[in-house]
Parts: sequence; structure tokens; C-alpha cells
Amino acid sequence: MALKPVTFTLNGNAKAAFTEDGQNLLDFLRRSVGDLSPKYGCGQGGCGACTVLMDGAPVLACLTLAEAAQGARIETAAGLAGAALHPLQEAFMERFAAQCGYCTPGMLMAARALLDRNPRPSRDEVIEAISGNICRCTGYEPIIAAILDVAEGRVRA
Amino acid sequence: MAVTVETHGSVAEAARALAQGGVYLGGGTGIMRGVNAGAVQGRVVRSSDPALRVIRSTADGFSLGAGVTMAQVLGERDLAFLHAAARSVGGPQVRAMGTIGGNLFAPHPYGDFATALLALGARALMASGSPRNLDDLLRDRDRTGLVAAVEVPRPRDPRAFGFVKVQRVKPRGVAVLSIAAHLPREGGRLRGVRVAFGAMGPAPLRASAVERVLEGATLDAATIARAAQVAAEGLTPPTDPVATGWYRASVVGVHLKRLLERMV
Ligand SMILES: Cc1cc2nc3c(=O)[nH]c(=O)nc-3n(C[C@H](O)[C@H](O)[C@H](O)COP(=O)(O)OP(=O)(O)OC[C@H]3O[C@@H](n4cnc5c(N)ncnc54)[C@H](O)[C@@H]3O)c2cc1C
Ligand code: FES
Ligand code: FES
Repeated sequence: MALKPVTFTLNGNAKAAFTEDGQNLLDFLRRSVGDLSPKYGCGQGGCGACTVLMDGAPVLACLTLAEAAQGARIETAAGLAGAALHPLQEAFMERFAAQCGYCTPGMLMAARALLDRNPRPSRDEVIEAISGNICRCTGYEPIIAAILDVAEGRVRA
Repeated sequence: MAVTVETHGSVAEAARALAQGGVYLGGGTGIMRGVNAGAVQGRVVRSSDPALRVIRSTADGFSLGAGVTMAQVLGERDLAFLHAAARSVGGPQVRAMGTIGGNLFAPHPYGDFATALLALGARALMASGSPRNLDDLLRDRDRTGLVAAVEVPRPRDPRAFGFVKVQRVKPRGVAVLSIAAHLPREGGRLRGVRVAFGAMGPAPLRASAVERVLEGATLDAATIARAAQVAAEGLTPPTDPVATGWYRASVVGVHLKRLLERMV
């Protein structure tokens, strides 16, 4: 099978790697690029653990062809923190919004997509924004509270 | 056999490639699952044609490229009449990826957006350039070519169009059923009624018995009661993990009644 080159930016850094026909973006990021922050939960679109931003939009990496990332701007949870943690990460810690942590990278990216578009969301808008992400541990309330903390300025940016 | 992915720069080239076999990939939210599982084999055809992502207004409505996503529809204020249907599809990620073209071919119980398009009397513009009405296309989805765009007439009165999706698990559940109703009025009577059901058959379909009751009538309590009574007539809805066919047939009248009451 022919290998295809893909050039893109990952969290602001230029990257190039080879993909195989049919490889999904999640597998590509994890195995070919080495970013282990997006998680594999179901491979079917049902859990949201693989959520990354592609040109600013939240997408399911498991249902995206790796080659569709050609020329795209990809952002993952690994790129959230700079010198300090991202406010969403701080808020998730403060609110105990991560227990096993498996859903957390997807939740963070779904929340990030929301706040980029709508910095002052209502509680209902927060719930809607994470409705494609499943968490088996927290019961969602701490996650919603954490995102609202950031939206309402209770966590410093 | 393995998967080979071909990306074509124009819709016409993609259509020519597909004519030789293979499966088209739009947003991939339906197809990629099969690719991941090894169930999809052979040629996968995509197109990077920017025309697929274009929303244009036309003399009597809108032309939506088949690659327009649900999120794109939600971003257009002029398409407000389609927002309830677009919002009902999946979660934010699925809406950012899933396309209108893909929704026309999504297997049961999916196809909520296609249900709305069917009730609005939308037409598919095939890659060959020929138009096809959605009634035909949805009845025979296996033998269709590539859809390039969907032409949607604008409802003259936005209040004459209603959509509801009935789900078990909120907010991201698949449909028990969905109902779209376009009820234009002339002199107090309903004229040119179109009602469509999703998840009530193998693909979204017209609710013919309901349409017969509504056409020419006034939308009053007696008419609504009669429409609700015949809602499941002639239909054998599928059974799946969300609902049995019996349940779907039993409740469709109730949900139709509630929708029609909202539209009085
Ligand atoms: C978690 C999850 C939740 C979902 N929830 C819903 C829901 O609530 N309601 C709903 O209706 N659907 C739902 N879906 C199904 C699906 O996401 C949508 O139906 C979506 O609109 C499909 O579009 P796509 O572009 O991703 O399709 P693809 O996966 O790209 O394609 C689907 C089918 O359509 C064909 N196709 C695509 N574009 C064209 C074209 N232009 N011409 C001809 N054939 C074409 C493909 O060959 C394929 O057979 C859900 C999916 C997931 C994973
Ligand atoms: S791994 Fe992608 S949605 Fe579950
Ligand atoms: S913290 Fe365990 S799945 Fe969410």
C-alpha cells in the first residue's frame, strides 16, 4: 500500500508524516505523530474521547481520514498548556472534573471549541457542547461546573 | 483486499470514478466506522471540490452543496427554517463533520435532516447535472449516483414548516422517529401539504395518509385528530434497539398531533 505524505500544523508546530490509505486521524496522531492525548474509546463516533480541533472545529479523529488533515490546523489537548496550565485544565483540577481521566482530553477540546466561539455560554450551551462526549466517572456536573468557572471568569486566563 | 482512497478535485471527476465502483465519503461519520472495522473495502472516493461546501440563495430558495455540514447550516441565519432539523443530528462533533449529502443516505434510524428536506419538497442535483426529486431518491437509495447539491425551496411562511425529533436518550439520542410538516395555507385551507416521517421505514418517507387528510382541510382539532388517527397507516416501521416497530407505529400519531397543534 502506498504511503501518502500529510503536512499540517499540530498545536501550532509544522508537522509532516506518512499515512496509509484508510488510516484515521486518531491512529495517525497517536502512532505516526506521537501525540497520545486524543484517546481511543470506541472508534465509532459514540464517545468523543478522540475529539480534536481541525481548523477550529471539534471533530472526531476516529471518523476523520488522516489524509483529510492535509494543510489543516490540528489542535489537541497536548497543546493546551503553555508555561502554565490552560484555564480549562486548572478548572478541571479545581472541580475534580477528571476521575479516571480518559474522557478528559476530548472534554477539554469540546469545551475549548465552545469557548472559542462563545466565551460566555449558558449552562445549557455548555451541556450541549459536551453532549457528544461520554464520561463514565464524574456524572458530568463537575465538568459543567469547571467549564462555567472559566466562562464566568472564576478561573484566571 | 484493502482500502484505497482517491481524492478528486471536481465533483464530475469523483462521479466518473464512482461509476467504476467504490463508495463515496462525505463527512465520513457514517462510512468511517466501516473503514475502521474493515467492513468497507476497495475504493473510497472523496472530492475536494469547493462547490460542495457552498450555500447559495436561488430564485425560490437555496442551493446547498452536498458537502455542506450541519454546523454550516446552523451558521446561516437565512436557513433558520432548517435549524431545528440540523440541530437534531448527533452532537457538536457529528454536526461539524456530517454533511447533507451523507444524511440522504444515512441508514435507519438516521436521516433526520433528510426528513425535513423531503417535507420541504427539496430536489437533489446529481453530479451529472440532472435533478432528482427526493421522494424517488430516498425510495431507491442503493442505485443513485453522486449528489452534487440539494435545492431547497424556501417556505413562503416559515411558520408553515414544523419539525420534531422524538428521542429516548437526551440530548444526543438517535430517533425513535422524526416528523417534518410543510403546511402552506390559502384562504384558511391547507394547500400543497407535505408531511414526512423519519425512522418509520427503511428511509425517510412521505406520510401519504396524513397528507390526504390534511390537504384542503382547515387545521382544526377535528382535522388534527383524524390525521393522528391515520398516521401509521400503510407503514411497517423497523424494530431496532431504540424502539420496536409496534412502538413507533403506536406513538407516531401522538407526536404528529402535538406538532400539528403547535402549527395551528
Ligand atoms: C455518534 C453519531 C450520532 C449520529 N446521530 C445522528 C442523528 O441524530 N441523526 C442523523 O440523521 N444521523 C446521525 N448520525 C449519522 C450521520 O452522522 C449523519 O447522518 C450524517 O449526516 C452523515 O453524513 P456524512 O457526510 O458524515 O456521511 P458519510 O459517512 O460520508 O456517508 C454516508 C453515506 O452517504 C453516502 N454519501 C455521502 N455523501 C454523498 C453524496 N454527496 N452523494 C451520494 N452519496 C453520498 C456515502 O457513500 C455513504 O453511503 C450520527 C452518527 C454518529 C457517529
Ligand atoms: S473514539 Fe472517536 S468517538 Fe469514540
Ligand atoms: S473521568 Fe473517567 S470517563 Fe470521564
